[in-house]
Amino acid sequence: MGFKILKKEELIPGQTSLFVIDAPQIAKKAMPGNFVIIRIDENGERIPLTIADKDREAGTITIVFLVVGKSTAQLNMLQEGDDILDVCGPLGKATHIEKQGTVICVGGGTGIAAMHHIAKGHWEAGNHVVALIGARTENLLLFRCELNGFCPEVMVATDDGSVGHKGFVTEVLKDRLERDSNVTEVVAIGPVPMMEAVAKVTEPFGVKTTVSLNSIMVDGIGMCGACRCSVGGKTKFACVDGPEFDGHKVDFSELKARLWQFKEQEDESMGKFKKECTCHGK
Amino acid sequence: MENKPRKPADIGPRIPMPEQPADERVRNFSEVTLGFTLDQAVEEAERCLQCKKPLCQKGCPVEIDIKSFIAKLVDKDVSGAYEVIRKTNSLPAVCGRVCPQESQCEGMCILGKKNEPVAIGRLERYIADAFMASDACEEITGTHECALVREDLQVACIGAGPASLTVAGYLASKGIKVTLFEGLHEPGGVLIYGIPEFRLPKSIVGREVNALKDLGVEIRTNWVGGKTITIQDLQDEGYDAIFIGVGAGLPRFLNIPGDNLVGVFSANEYLTRVNLGRAYDFPNYDTPTFKANDVVVIGGGNVAMDAARTAKRMGAERVSIVYRRTQDEMPARLEELHHAIEEGIEIRALCGPLAFNPGESGRLETMTVQKMCLGEPDDSGRRSPVCIEGETEEIPCDMAVVAVGTRPNPILLEATPDLELNKWGYIAADPETGETSMENVFAGGDIVTGAATVISAMGAGRRAAQEIAKRLL
Repeated sequence: MGFKILKKEELIPGQTSLFVIDAPQIAKKAMPGNFVIIRIDENGERIPLTIADKDREAGTITIVFLVVGKSTAQLNMLQEGDDILDVCGPLGKATHIEKQGTVICVGGGTGIAAMHHIAKGHWEAGNHVVALIGARTENLLLFRCELNGFCPEVMVATDDGSVGHKGFVTEVLKDRLERDSNVTEVVAIGPVPMMEAVAKVTEPFGVKTTVSLNSIMVDGIGMCGACRCSVGGKTKFACVDGPEFDGHKVDFSELKARLWQFKEQEDESMGKFKKECTCHGK
Repeated sequence: MENKPRKPADIGPRIPMPEQPADERVRNFSEVTLGFTLDQAVEEAERCLQCKKPLCQKGCPVEIDIKSFIAKLVDKDVSGAYEVIRKTNSLPAVCGRVCPQESQCEGMCILGKKNEPVAIGRLERYIADAFMASDACEEITGTHECALVREDLQVACIGAGPASLTVAGYLASKGIKVTLFEGLHEPGGVLIYGIPEFRLPKSIVGREVNALKDLGVEIRTNWVGGKTITIQDLQDEGYDAIFIGVGAGLPRFLNIPGDNLVGVFSANEYLTRVNLGRAYDFPNYDTPTFKANDVVVIGGGNVAMDAARTAKRMGAERVSIVYRRTQDEMPARLEELHHAIEEGIEIRALCGPLAFNPGESGRLETMTVQKMCLGEPDDSGRRSPVCIEGETEEIPCDMAVVAVGTRPNPILLEATPDLELNKWGYIAADPETGETSMENVFAGGDIVTGAATVISAMGAGRRAAQEIAKRLL
């Protein structure tokens, strides 16, 4: 018996999808910042995915994922009504949320989904939430409507300038911080280079900066140490000590090296998958 | 059995147990030792002196009535022998394979003073295997014999490793409804993610777990204690008692330069990838691990042996074990150490880790070790390693596996602030009853003692289960 996919939405066809999954026990406990570990089938690997939203009454959680390798490609082939064999969670420490003032939530790419859950948490706590989202082009900007629903300010940056600022989110962020000295925290979730750049921008302003680390994980419950990262010179486990850490203290170059550990094996797996997969002609 | 008393000197050597030849087994993940035939088992059983006061039983953490089961085996009554074992041990096929018998039952065997002790572990394994393969299984584990008689009494176990499995087996056989909450996707704990297939086939663990299901035990996987469900939730749901058996937890690293380099694994990660994730069958299974040629494993316990032997089977050309003391001080089971050496694993004794060094690629390329010699005994009674100033060595390696123990996992403990901990950060529990600072909450196994053996966790589970049964029934 697995966990049923109640709704599937292809946010960016073939690339990013959203699943609403029937998981009442996880929904009951899920907080912004938490993640789940899923395993698609008997032969599957355990992969961590951030919880993008939950509905306690309906007993569902929402995940959004980017197709990056074999497992996520296979996940994207599942349809409404299909089951995911294992969904384990909610894992990790929840985002520390308190009423504090103005919080800028920066999201990049698929990270916008996870950021959305945290932004919502900050908004529910009574903070003034500024959402700042970035992507290559306009139609890759996820959750814009949802963020517009509660954020008084939604700022946008695209690489091609199709909407909002043409360029990086960091440029918009810097400008915003220069204009507003009341920002109490910046939260950044997205590709590692983006989070690293955000931390670099905020540092001179002395603004508390929280990043969410997407380390490689196996069990996700503190047992293996695969997700370890250096924060302030100390080894931390992203799965139990995090996944959120002080962005000014994270050793991003170590994180990047560790994220690429299994590149060769991932390519091998993807190659085999593409060769064998005849289920849809995409 | 003959009635006239026999002397240890009159008894022949142990019956050897067949095993796969070393050069063959390093290329597969099949079980190394092949087990006795009935004739071999009976012949070995006949070596038992049937002592009036059997010390072997005292040496067993779950106090199996060893003498009686051996007597039944001599009479070829395998079912009878199994029944004796199952009275105190719900995982005999596991214990027969992984217990450190030389320091427990067999270590106490009188025969061992002048001769080789009776191969109690191998007999236990034979009985469990033979019995499980026969139809007689239904007779003892079938629901008709052990139907739930007290649906009103409910016990929850957090974790589904050896300690909890023992609690479940004991209480379910008394008719109490037991539910196990397991964080991973498969029950068995260290028996599944840690101990490799070649030492303990997963099918054996599966059979033991199924025997518990036959007793009416419910197992919920993907439930993380402290996250998906808390102690408070379980109390609110009306569980009459809760047993915490969540295991040893977080792996320790060496705190030396290069700890987090790509290529440095904890033994837990390496073994979990290979065992639980079946990385040995990648890419048919999706969990990857490195293909490494030069592997160093740091540590001297069973986990280090398992990691080293696994690396060999994963195709490494050269595997060495780096250990600060000498081979004699290694805490690993003798059998595992011998098997490892037979399989060509090099023991680099008296070497203390100094640093992991990256190559140009940024990945692990060498490890620097400090040469040691042995000094005075330390608190553990073992002679402590002392540095030989200025003598270091650089060992080439493209993978390092750190097997130097664990720390308590914080997940459940942080979620349960009322639970009192001891000075080492493990759960403070009464050694006799497993009782914790919280009412009707018990704990046992590695989360109380720190990393130990399967059988000691089972012993703790058994004591807690006895106490729970005493209170509930």
